[in-house]
Amino acid sequence: MKMKKVIATALVGFMAMGMLAGCGGGNDTQKDNQQGGDAVAAIKVGGTGPLTGGASIYGLAVQRGAEIAIEEVNAKGGIQFEFKMEDDAHDTEKAVNAYNALKDWGMQLSLNSVTTAPGTATSDLNFEDRIFGLTPSASGTGVTEGKDNVFQMCFADPNQGSASAQYIADQKLGTKIGIIYKNDDAYSSGIYQTFQAKAADLGLNIVSTTTFTTDSQNDFTVQLQDAKNAGADLLFLPMYYDAASLILGQAATMDYAPKFFGVDGMDGILTLEGFDTALAEGVMLLTPFSADAEDDRTKAFVAKYQDLYGEIPNQFAADAYDCIYALHQACEAAGATADMTAAELNDLMIEQFTSMSFDGLTGAGATWSENGQVNKDPKGMVIQGGVYVGM
Amino acid sequence: MNLKTMNKTTRSNMITYLMVIVAFVIVQVMMAGGNISSSLKGQLVPICAYIVMAISLNLTVGVLGELSLGHAGFMSAGAFSGVVAAQCFSQNINNPVLVLILAMIVGGIVAAIVGVLVGVPVLRLSGDYLAIVTLAFGEIIKGIVNNLFVGLDSNGLHFCMIKNTLEMDTDGKLLINGPMGLLGIPRIATFTMGFVLIMVCLIVIFNLVNSKSGRAIMALRDNKIAAQSVGINVTNYKLMAFVISAAMAGMAGVLFATNFSTVVASKFDINTSILVLVFVVLGGLGNMRGSIIAATVLTVLPEMLREFSEYRMLVYAIVLIVMMLATNNPTLKNALGSFGAKVTGIFKKKPAKGDNANG
Amino acid sequence: MEFLFNLISGISLGSIYAIIALGYTMVYGIAKMLNFAHGDVIMVGAYICFFATARYGLNPLLGVLLSMVVCTVLGIVIERLAYKPLRQAPALAVLITAIGMSYFLQNAAQLLWTSSPKVFPSVVKGSVKLFDGALSVSFVTIVTILVCVIIMVALVLFVNKTRIGKSMRAVSEDKGAAQLMGINVNSTISLTFAIGSALAAIAGVLLCSAYPTLVPTTGAMPGIKAFTAAVFGGIGSIPGALIGGILLGIIEIFAKAYISTQLSDAIVFAVLIVVLLVKPTGLLGKKVSEKV
Repeated sequence: MKMKKVIATALVGFMAMGMLAGCGGGNDTQKDNQQGGDAVAAIKVGGTGPLTGGASIYGLAVQRGAEIAIEEVNAKGGIQFEFKMEDDAHDTEKAVNAYNALKDWGMQLSLNSVTTAPGTATSDLNFEDRIFGLTPSASGTGVTEGKDNVFQMCFADPNQGSASAQYIADQKLGTKIGIIYKNDDAYSSGIYQTFQAKAADLGLNIVSTTTFTTDSQNDFTVQLQDAKNAGADLLFLPMYYDAASLILGQAATMDYAPKFFGVDGMDGILTLEGFDTALAEGVMLLTPFSADAEDDRTKAFVAKYQDLYGEIPNQFAADAYDCIYALHQACEAAGATADMTAAELNDLMIEQFTSMSFDGLTGAGATWSENGQVNKDPKGMVIQGGVYVGM
Repeated sequence: MNLKTMNKTTRSNMITYLMVIVAFVIVQVMMAGGNISSSLKGQLVPICAYIVMAISLNLTVGVLGELSLGHAGFMSAGAFSGVVAAQCFSQNINNPVLVLILAMIVGGIVAAIVGVLVGVPVLRLSGDYLAIVTLAFGEIIKGIVNNLFVGLDSNGLHFCMIKNTLEMDTDGKLLINGPMGLLGIPRIATFTMGFVLIMVCLIVIFNLVNSKSGRAIMALRDNKIAAQSVGINVTNYKLMAFVISAAMAGMAGVLFATNFSTVVASKFDINTSILVLVFVVLGGLGNMRGSIIAATVLTVLPEMLREFSEYRMLVYAIVLIVMMLATNNPTLKNALGSFGAKVTGIFKKKPAKGDNANG
Repeated sequence: MEFLFNLISGISLGSIYAIIALGYTMVYGIAKMLNFAHGDVIMVGAYICFFATARYGLNPLLGVLLSMVVCTVLGIVIERLAYKPLRQAPALAVLITAIGMSYFLQNAAQLLWTSSPKVFPSVVKGSVKLFDGALSVSFVTIVTILVCVIIMVALVLFVNKTRIGKSMRAVSEDKGAAQLMGINVNSTISLTFAIGSALAAIAGVLLCSAYPTLVPTTGAMPGIKAFTAAVFGGIGSIPGALIGGILLGIIEIFAKAYISTQLSDAIVFAVLIVVLLVKPTGLLGKKVSEKV
């Protein structure tokens, strides 16, 4: 049983190393902060997001979108940014760890987290530590609620849900509405809850409501059958495009062709590798960003992203790109400098964000309310011939 | 007391207590001196929670000898009930430590009740069948909690399932919001409380193992039929170990949840159960000290690997495989063993796996 | 009609579980280990077939063959590197190694092939209409069920009628005695892994043809469900895996259709528990009498 001892010793050694490394990290940070002023005058911007695991597509998109923007704003001269993204694997606990690692690094401004549940936990720390947070895509209300220094670049879930219901009612898109949502996902069920409440107010007739979970995200025949039997002529799909692509495919094999209505998570479906875009013909969605938009900024961004990563950016990348530009605009306007502490920047940013107006890829003339939610216009899009067309 | 006059088991237990206390003191000193990184500081409470998870699972897997793949289910039951209790208590009690203790007791009791409900049918099975049923129970608990809505207003608690149909007064607040999980958790967990919980659990486990019941439980593990033939009641003793283990996992869940402002049900899924099982197997079955060390190292390790950025989890997987091979393959073991014998001194009296359940 | 439709969906989903479960059950029967990485071999198989057909325009059948070859090699390599050194080790150590292997494959796949979902091109297209169009069944469903039955019959014949099959049975009964009879235990175990992994490749292609979103975690949940199915049918038993898989698929679909989509997973597992309480070694599992 010698081996046990060896392993135990090795493990203890490891742990000791961990502690030393931990303390070393602390010292490094202090040094960094002291030197930060005279070396490269860059404001440190950090963010957490899933870079590994099932949700990594969203985190990686944010990382890449932000990096492109960082390069662009730094090239302009003026205020310089330094950016770092840490992995949280879409998990609250790891997000808090990642946030703390960024704090050790000397983060002055934060992109909070990419996804809602981790974002709710890290925004609490943003609030406590007085580090300003602007999340690109954590859309839950818990992220901003009660925290004066956390803002969203994306629409909050309730706004999406009620805007969708309003849109469907105004345009009289459907008389009998079916809903399929993802039961164990905060984003999907958050939109569903407000959609359903608003739909009841507006007198929309919801005939079928079914769900799925991460564990059963392959077979949708039962849910579609239920909607079909109930005679739903419009199917509302508040979910991300990967699940939605399965639903569209399975509905087609069942010869069930209602109108499909999605939210911003649906964006990305056309660029899904191998996806038959004919299946998405006529799908409607409310989204602030479309990669096919004809304006120069979007075109330049999409080209650069494709060039660097070989993929077409989705709305997460665009939101992150806008976040960096918004932070940059606010810093310039407030006369922020890299030697300011996080708390000083925090106060300046709150002041700016509640008063400024921002034009980005995901909407022009965006403003923020004091509660941290963004006000911009969602665009109604419909997919025709494999491209988005404004409705 | 003189270390040398104590018997082997007691001495080994003392070393374990001492190790935990020394680690606690070192960290406290570091915190007082302010030279601890935010990263490590933020992990202290989760580490404590995982240590309690690991030693409690070790009671089931190492001491009782039954493989459980649903330990996170008990953690979930404890976390959700404990946080709801904490929210209720904190309306009348202002002392956060007292609230946390009461919440842990509630979480522990609820997890123990779930443990009885699961244990009575499950413990009739054995081996891989028992493992799969515990896995199934873990998934069922997750499925139920995912569809649970709990609100609190001046009239008390309100519950409902599947759809949020709670009718609350205007002052009511939603505590559990189905798939969005626990919201607005009071963050009352502290490292000191985590330390106290570890010590309490260690004391309970060591005393249990050294008692008549503990010997009966280990006899069941080593040879069920022989144990039965000398009149040991299989069901009672199995259930006893299982329920104690569940209760501790429930308390760990409360500690874990009150460290974050939000926790979702899917956190406590099969992956978390497996993670804790990895701590137990790597630390050595029945070896509590090993579990504590393994839980600490494997929780800190992914954070230390942040340097590797996107290769982080790949490296983690490789480390895990290599560690298992190194500890279990005879050839590698001997090669490492002869090297290690020169280095090792402090762990001389470590009990071997299987022949004793202390340490 | 709706009942029939759900039944067919259930059998189709169940057939895929069954093929995956066959891999689990064969390896368990012979090596007495739970190969947690099996689900991830499925994912690798699906990716190989995806790249062969969608990116490089290979004939779908060739794509399937290629992915079978790759998975077979992968299965043997994993067995040699990670499991063989642990043949004498406690079962739990092997289980943890298998879990490590599963993490490794998922993360390697993410690095190699990114986490953006890929839409798997359907190997078979179209559907058949029955009862004047009231019921439409896709060809994928029919192919899946047929493939499952063929594999199952072939495996039973192979294990019961051939020499190698006989040695596999011997190894699963008693390793020591088999060795004394001149059977090469190590190569028999490797062969089992090879067959299990080749089946995983087929399962991967079928899984992604029926549900065509491919990501690095595609294999994880079907893997766990198939493992459940294998235990359900009696782990170690080939017909048990088939029955377990198909029943699991049907129960899952019926629970969704007639009880609640929210609680369907919980219901599936509850049924499993009830079955195991009535038949503690699964539906077709052998009752093992304990030696005193």
